[in-house]
Amino acid sequence: MAERSMAEVNQKREVYVDPRPPVVGPGQNFGSITRTVADIVLMRGFKKGWIFGFGIVFLGSLMMFNTIAYLVLKGVGIWGNNIPVGWAFDIINFVWWIGIGHAGTLISAILLLLRQSWRNSINRFAEAMTLFAVACAGMFPALHTGRPWMDYYLFPLPNTMSMWPNFRSPLMWDVFAVTTYATVSALFWFMGLIPDFATLRDTARKKWQRIVFGMLAMGWRGDARHWHRYETAYLLLAGLSTPLVLSVHTIVSFDFSTGIVPGWHATIFPPYFVAGAVYAGFAMVLTLAIPVRKFYGLEDFITMRHIRNCCKVMLATGLIVAYGYMMEAFFAWYSGNTYELFMMKNRMFGPYGYMYWLLILCNVAVPSLLWWKKMRDNLAAIFIISMFINVGMWLERFVIIVMSLNRDFNPAAWRMYYPTIFDFSMFFGTVGFFLTLMFLFIRFVPMIPIFEMKTLLPEGKVDEKKVEELEREHGRGPIGSTPLPQFGD
Amino acid sequence: MTTQEELTKQEALTKTEGEEIYGLMAEFDSPSAIVAAARRTYADGYRRINAYSPFPIEELSEAIGYHRDYVALCTLICGLLGAVGGFSLQYWTSAIAYPLNVGGRPLLSIPAFVPVTFECTILLAAFGAFLGNLIMNRLPQPYHPVFNVPSFARASQDRFFLCVKSDDPKFNEAETRAFLASLGAEEVSYVEK
Repeated sequence: MAERSMAEVNQKREVYVDPRPPVVGPGQNFGSITRTVADIVLMRGFKKGWIFGFGIVFLGSLMMFNTIAYLVLKGVGIWGNNIPVGWAFDIINFVWWIGIGHAGTLISAILLLLRQSWRNSINRFAEAMTLFAVACAGMFPALHTGRPWMDYYLFPLPNTMSMWPNFRSPLMWDVFAVTTYATVSALFWFMGLIPDFATLRDTARKKWQRIVFGMLAMGWRGDARHWHRYETAYLLLAGLSTPLVLSVHTIVSFDFSTGIVPGWHATIFPPYFVAGAVYAGFAMVLTLAIPVRKFYGLEDFITMRHIRNCCKVMLATGLIVAYGYMMEAFFAWYSGNTYELFMMKNRMFGPYGYMYWLLILCNVAVPSLLWWKKMRDNLAAIFIISMFINVGMWLERFVIIVMSLNRDFNPAAWRMYYPTIFDFSMFFGTVGFFLTLMFLFIRFVPMIPIFEMKTLLPEGKVDEKKVEELEREHGRGPIGSTPLPQFGD
Repeated sequence: MTTQEELTKQEALTKTEGEEIYGLMAEFDSPSAIVAAARRTYADGYRRINAYSPFPIEELSEAIGYHRDYVALCTLICGLLGAVGGFSLQYWTSAIAYPLNVGGRPLLSIPAFVPVTFECTILLAAFGAFLGNLIMNRLPQPYHPVFNVPSFARASQDRFFLCVKSDDPKFNEAETRAFLASLGAEEVSYVEK
């Protein structure tokens, strides 16, 4: 089987040689893909490294839960928020997490529509990242309301007071955008998992595994008609997610740009926020993928080509973000508006000025190293650069949110903002929670789409020439030579 | 291979004419082989056939005569419902049920209603695609006769199956079995109901 397919590959190579390295490592076949990916889920016990890592990140989750408990008990006063800085870590972290989620949708939906088949090995992983990032993001505004048990007021639910939410407010748009995004991402993710759950059901050795995965697979049997509908639905979901992901961060940016606060009221915000989201998201994909591929030996599936492509996307979106920074400064100058000009001066040279320059260092200067091919081939360098971008994108939101609020129109109302320990424990707590979910996902769900990887193999493609040959061999002449009998004859 | 043939003969003998079976299942080892077999089976006049593969094969559903699904239509209808529903919700709540003057804006503030209308469209269309796919596929379906074939577990791994159902007008146990075997199937098995 393997020999024959390799012969086919070689035959094809004589005709056309793809200069790019393959998206699946050499020597892989249907069986080896199933085994490599399914074994991570079905293996007995846990790897030592997994337990160690999970223990650490689980402590982070516990920190988050404790902070939430204390927050609910005492109120948002435990955070450093004040007047005028009413929005601080809660919104910074919300925007940061939502942005990270966007790369997942970009990889799974937009690259699918663009027929970038290299996405097939990292899309499941990136989609999971989206879901967990949105879960973390959603917590911040929900807790920032102060009385999270009243959060159902955010939704248009009939109530005895006959009150309805104000649909003219961008905050209301946000509720709809984020809940829709979370729901559609979950549907898309689960839909992709159904055939893989079926594979796990059929390869599992233990009965309880067969039952659990059997229930999740819902009786999927790879029926050709089902695949046909499945492919249509999957493509449609990708088509729907694409405008959705753009709308989500656009609406997030509307939270700011519809306000008249200096530094927020700019038309560049929607595209600049979307690009920033993708930038942060790809950085997070690399931050997670580089250690995971090493740890689980998935170098044949997440190849250097994937990593290089991610670097190029980061480079491109990084440039858009840098352009955004330039335009912000330009708008401030070109507006001739005292407050806008002051905001820019305050941003660069005010009390938080160092944050701005750190941001430029993290998001513009350091990622420029990716222009060099050598850097795009160096895993350690890429990992460090993506860490810089993760930090940089967080700083960007700090710069936009806190610096515009702490010194606005009236100097009498100026006030510095200092985060408290609970701001940090909440933020790092969500990082721990996110990683906890990622650890569980990697261990209990196939992190690489098994069925999609098989379609990338040369032996997974239908060879029309061979089909004709076989038909002639088995049949009585080519199709069409005998009149087709009608159904019901 | 002789043992296999003997077994097959034995099975063929033990099955009586009247016994109900779901159909016959032929197993293949490559996408090209099953597409060729499916085309031949269809050309031979079989219509109630079905194919199973571990990953989507575009040519396969066409080979068994399946060309059009209604998932897209379902998605469109749900999306339109979402758009109308989302807009009506905002119009009714903001202009009729709870008219609120926000900065002197008109009660029917169409530009401000665009984002939520859009999100509702996407949300319902996505449910349309997801549920439409499941419902039309008749899933979840915990039991199906094809799972009775022992080697069918490989249909989600590395094998490709072609099933001719017993309710096909052209179905004849012995003839169909011989026909499927002539297509280069690795194995032809009964599918018990």
